[in-house]
Amino acid sequence: MSSAPRTATERTKLPYCHESFHNLQELRHSASLANKVFIQRDYTDGTVCKFQTKFPSELDSRIERTLFEDTVKTLNNYYAEAEKIGGQSYLEGCLACLTVYLIFLCIETRYEKVLKKISRYIQEQNEKVYAPRGLLITDPIERGMRVIEISVYEDRGSSGSSSGSSTTSSSGR
Amino acid sequence: MKNCEYQQIDPRALGTSNTRTSTTLPCGRKNSQRLRRKWEVFPGNNRFYCDGRIMMGRQCGVLPLTIGLIFITSGLFFTFDCPFLVDRLTVFIPVIGGVLFVFVIMTLLQTSFTDPGILPRALPDEAVDIERQIDNSGSASYRPPPRTKEILINDQVVKLKYCFTCKMFRPPRTSHCSMCDNCVERFDHHCPWVGNCVGKRNYRFFYAFIVSLSFLTSFIFGCVITHLTLSKFPNICILNPSCTVAELVICFFSIWSILGLSGFHTYLVASNLTTNEDIKGSWSSKRGEESGNPYTYNNIFTNCCVVLCGPIPPSLIDRRGFLPPDDAPQTVTSDTELPPFMSKNDANMCTQGTKELLQSMALSTVIQSTCTPGTPKTAPVTQESLLRTVSITVSPPNRPPSTGCSGHQAQRPIDVSCSQKGNKRSAHHTHKPMLRVSSPPYSLSHSPLILSDGPDMGFIPLN
Repeated sequence: MSSAPRTATERTKLPYCHESFHNLQELRHSASLANKVFIQRDYTDGTVCKFQTKFPSELDSRIERTLFEDTVKTLNNYYAEAEKIGGQSYLEGCLACLTVYLIFLCIETRYEKVLKKISRYIQEQNEKVYAPRGLLITDPIERGMRVIEISVYEDRGSSGSSSGSSTTSSSGR
Repeated sequence: MKNCEYQQIDPRALGTSNTRTSTTLPCGRKNSQRLRRKWEVFPGNNRFYCDGRIMMGRQCGVLPLTIGLIFITSGLFFTFDCPFLVDRLTVFIPVIGGVLFVFVIMTLLQTSFTDPGILPRALPDEAVDIERQIDNSGSASYRPPPRTKEILINDQVVKLKYCFTCKMFRPPRTSHCSMCDNCVERFDHHCPWVGNCVGKRNYRFFYAFIVSLSFLTSFIFGCVITHLTLSKFPNICILNPSCTVAELVICFFSIWSILGLSGFHTYLVASNLTTNEDIKGSWSSKRGEESGNPYTYNNIFTNCCVVLCGPIPPSLIDRRGFLPPDDAPQTVTSDTELPPFMSKNDANMCTQGTKELLQSMALSTVIQSTCTPGTPKTAPVTQESLLRTVSITVSPPNRPPSTGCSGHQAQRPIDVSCSQKGNKRSAHHTHKPMLRVSSPPYSLSHSPLILSDGPDMGFIPLN
């Protein structure tokens, strides 16, 4: 049987030691998915895209609270910038109306530009902050902007690392 | 640290993809299976053309009739009225007519072929997580998840409903269209005249369409009247009287409904409401509470600008993206990770769900005997919930008739359709009994997708 525990009760018994994943490549080869944490949307400001900054308890021993909150707040700021209603969006809207919306075939809207910025930011965060801690953030656009999905990985026992032995013992359960 | 040598995460290995369209094909893939695009396995009732570039609702409704009427009337106008009026009046008449005609057709096609703001359905692990969150009391007996969640938006209590088909709590202003079987953001209505839902992403096209169509019909009507009037002096025969009369009749009857509809939607735009909310009276003061529309900016100009000129979010369903290959070895996460579309090869979700339900029922007795002793709660859950879903899926889903601009509820009466043609007052009286959530018949048949996937996943729904 694979190392991943099959039920939630078993997962809570995992020793959350800090496996050191040096890069995403190592994560890919040696890790197995233990859990997924979903950060839901925060609708208190209406229908704008905003995610809850409440720190999930499952990540308690995996990442520092401030780092996590910084990531979510930055993402929220990016989304607010994309959906900002102001001069540029009105200009885009009027120009689009005049050209019978054909202009959308030619130019990239501001929203799309910001979404690209967001995916670059998430890649960078994964590289620098999350992958070394055995976590991986999925871009919310992949999930229909419903959730931020954070995949929690456990080390499957890479040879030679001290943390590997403890996880192999846990996976033997 | 940490020499951060970043390498693109291979979506097949992890089951997630960091780029929206995973164009990085692996080198060393053994079988040359064609990569499928996501639109091919889309679970809703939509049709896709041009390899996913164009989409519309399953039933085109009366879209061909709409296009036909516009073409015929405009064609007759250009053929029979324009020559006369160019002689008598000015050459700008066909020019203006032409511009309006092009505008109408373009906006109509954009309304019909654009994604209205469909929300992709929740993946199984997301759905499980939601169920776990809302039922964290840990009771032994199975309870269906509560159907509503209340949140506060601008100091106004708003109820979010749980969509059993899409397995998520719908965001505010989102509604499930029973025709298209999708949750649509800022759902306005499903319009059979354009053969598609009208929602967040295509509302401005729809509005532009009906406004320009009212201008076009009024313009043609005016030109035809002018033609008839002028041709009486000095008694010149009209080129083809029956055509002119046909145009007159079509325009006369269209004008009332189209102008009425434009007026109604102008009111909606100015108050930042949707047809759905207006018909249901969600924010009307009739309810006796202090309820007002929490989304309005309390300024007509701002509301208009936001609704018509605000930013358009991109389509969330990524229909031209590639699916991860079905034979993904998933050496790393084979036990726990479920590819997003693994169980959705069948275009018809209902038959797939029923098939899996029957298979899982056959398996469920085996599963229970091999379940780890640490999960006593799940064993009776699986059996009992399967029984419940069986009893509910036996009744056929209530599909609404295709005529009429129905809202998202399946039992909405037909005379609501008249509201879209200007009689909105009658609609206010007919909506009340139809507010209850009618999801069980067609949506609980989808729940077996979670239960039957249970043994494959690392997390089984705990109830």
